[in-house]
Amino acid sequence: MSNLKTKPNLGDPDGIYQMLIDLHAGRDEQDSMKVNAKLILALANHIGNQQVIAEAIAIAGAGAQE
Amino acid sequence: MANIPDIPVWREVGTTPVDQSNFDNQSTEHSEVLIVGGGPVGLTLALDLGLKGRKVIILNRLNFVAAGSKAICFAKRTLDIWDRLGVAEKMIEKGVIWNVGKVFCGDDAEPLYQFDMLPVKGQKNPGFINLQQYHAEEILIEAVNKLDNVDLRWGHEAVGLNARDDGAEISVRSGNESYAIDAQWVVACDGSRSPIREMLGLDFEGRVFEDNFLIADVKFKQQRPSERWFWFDPPFNRGQSALLHKQPDDVWRLDFQLGWDIDRDACTKPENVEPLVRGMLGDDVEFTEEWYSVYTFQCRRMKDFVHGRVIFAGDSAHLVSPFGARGCNGGVADADNLAWKLNAVLDDPTQKSLIASYNYEAVATADENIRNSTRSTDFMTPKSVLSRAFRDAVLELAKHNEFARPFVNSGRLSTAVAYPETVLNTPDTDVWTSGIAPGHPALDAPLSDGWLFDHFDGHFVLLIAGEAFDIEGLKTIDLDSLSCGDGLAEQRYGLEKGGAYLIRPDQYVAARWQNPSAAQVVKALNKAKGGCR
Ligand SMILES: Cc1cc2nc3c(=O)[nH]c(=O)nc-3n(C[C@H](O)[C@H](O)[C@H](O)COP(=O)(O)OP(=O)(O)OC[C@H]3O[C@@H](n4cnc5c(N)ncnc54)[C@H](O)[C@@H]3O)c2cc1C
Repeated sequence: MSNLKTKPNLGDPDGIYQMLIDLHAGRDEQDSMKVNAKLILALANHIGNQQVIAEAIAIAGAGAQE
Repeated sequence: MANIPDIPVWREVGTTPVDQSNFDNQSTEHSEVLIVGGGPVGLTLALDLGLKGRKVIILNRLNFVAAGSKAICFAKRTLDIWDRLGVAEKMIEKGVIWNVGKVFCGDDAEPLYQFDMLPVKGQKNPGFINLQQYHAEEILIEAVNKLDNVDLRWGHEAVGLNARDDGAEISVRSGNESYAIDAQWVVACDGSRSPIREMLGLDFEGRVFEDNFLIADVKFKQQRPSERWFWFDPPFNRGQSALLHKQPDDVWRLDFQLGWDIDRDACTKPENVEPLVRGMLGDDVEFTEEWYSVYTFQCRRMKDFVHGRVIFAGDSAHLVSPFGARGCNGGVADADNLAWKLNAVLDDPTQKSLIASYNYEAVATADENIRNSTRSTDFMTPKSVLSRAFRDAVLELAKHNEFARPFVNSGRLSTAVAYPETVLNTPDTDVWTSGIAPGHPALDAPLSDGWLFDHFDGHFVLLIAGEAFDIEGLKTIDLDSLSCGDGLAEQRYGLEKGGAYLIRPDQYVAARWQNPSAAQVVKALNKAKGGCR
């Protein structure tokens, strides 16, 4: 039973993508890593559902698909 | 005179004379249970078995109560266990209760945040107390000494082991004298370096993680609140963590993380400790040394805690990091789990599968404790660049963002561990929307005549509401007649008229029903006693 939304769910994907890239403008790698971590933590807290987060983690960790 | 040099002495006891009248003609004594080790775990087990009327011999290689720096933080579950054994009140009376924890980070003199560990509501015992381990041991020793059937021997060291299928013979040395004890069961509560473990050629397994901490117990009279203060990366201990805890008698426990590559002897030199103490408490603090030591910990356990007739409990079986106070608390949980099972098996050897259930449940407890303390350690000492990024992200967010605070891990305090999958459980057949599921620790609640836990006194009990059951050898506690009117007990158990909970001697739920037959209860009782498969 999947709880994670796997169908497109965003009205403005390009805009959100841009926001993510902009967040890292001018930062070194270490700082970027930390900022990403903050972002993940904030989103995880918002989602508030361990199952959904576990599924997202599984997708993230699955590696490149052929 | 203390029989072992280099260990600080809290109280001299003196070597117990060898009593030859106990020997058969081969200088061998016979015993049902032999406990090797007189630390908090061995003493708790001896007290529990002793109160059940068993004849127990307990050996301590030392002929004194050791001082020095060991456990200080005892959790509610441990207090519940000690309360069942009649010693918690004294512990609480002597101990320090604290509720406020503050977390500091970097150079900021203001806490990142603070939390209130609210006392557990409507339960007899507090969430936890701080108490020096030697005080706890003294209270246990006093209780054990009152029992004629428990023979606590000081300055008697187990030096050899010959294990058989039906028991084991332990060679004992005391001063210049030697003798042997042939026991049906041997419980090794002989600490992290367990000689018994070594005699069996066994070792810890699993992930090795080591870190070093300077433990500075100091005495000072400065007025400070009884709060737990924890620092990440403070100016007085850069890149490491630090912890401050209050103990009774104006003694404070200061922990300074040191990292891996250290000169142990240099670390405890007063001239090296002093700047750290002053860094933490202020330049003007006047203090005296109680004890300085370096504590190197690991998070590991034995693969199995039961090896034939030799059973391991406490530090001999498992080690954890100090954060969360899971070492001694985990060990006392072992003793609690084992005592009633060993007692049952001595009465009726066919219940031997109970001992296997000890192995399962104590290993589950150790794993949970190791998991928690490893997580705390990983948070405090990130092991990779990425792990550090997450840790720092949490700390940076925590000051202004409440949501990040639960991620801050400065130790997760020891709580009772559940065994939802243990074979002793009878799984639910009714639908429950509240209450306590089988395999979980029972909850205390106020009653008209005191506390619910006063009735969970080391035997199997059936907790009921109104409807009576008459089952041989099973005490029933009727909530209807004992309720103090606030409904808290009924609520905590989700218990309505006709329902019942089967509670194990160690205050765990074994089974529950909304409307059972006597036959169902009997069957569950047999199962919980290690009977039917
Ligand atoms: C600095 C520090 C802080 C700690 N803080 C906490 C805390 O706050 N909370 C917590 O829960 N835990 C804490 N711990 C862990 C706790 O101290 C241990 O988990 C606890 O002492 C384990 O008890 P034990 O009875 O298993 O073993 P021990 O206390 O090590 O006792 C072993 C006993 O066996 C005896 N013995 C050994 N070999 C033999 C032999 N061959 N024959 C006869 N007797 C023998 C010893 O003399 C001793 O009496 C801390 C530990 C340290 C070092």
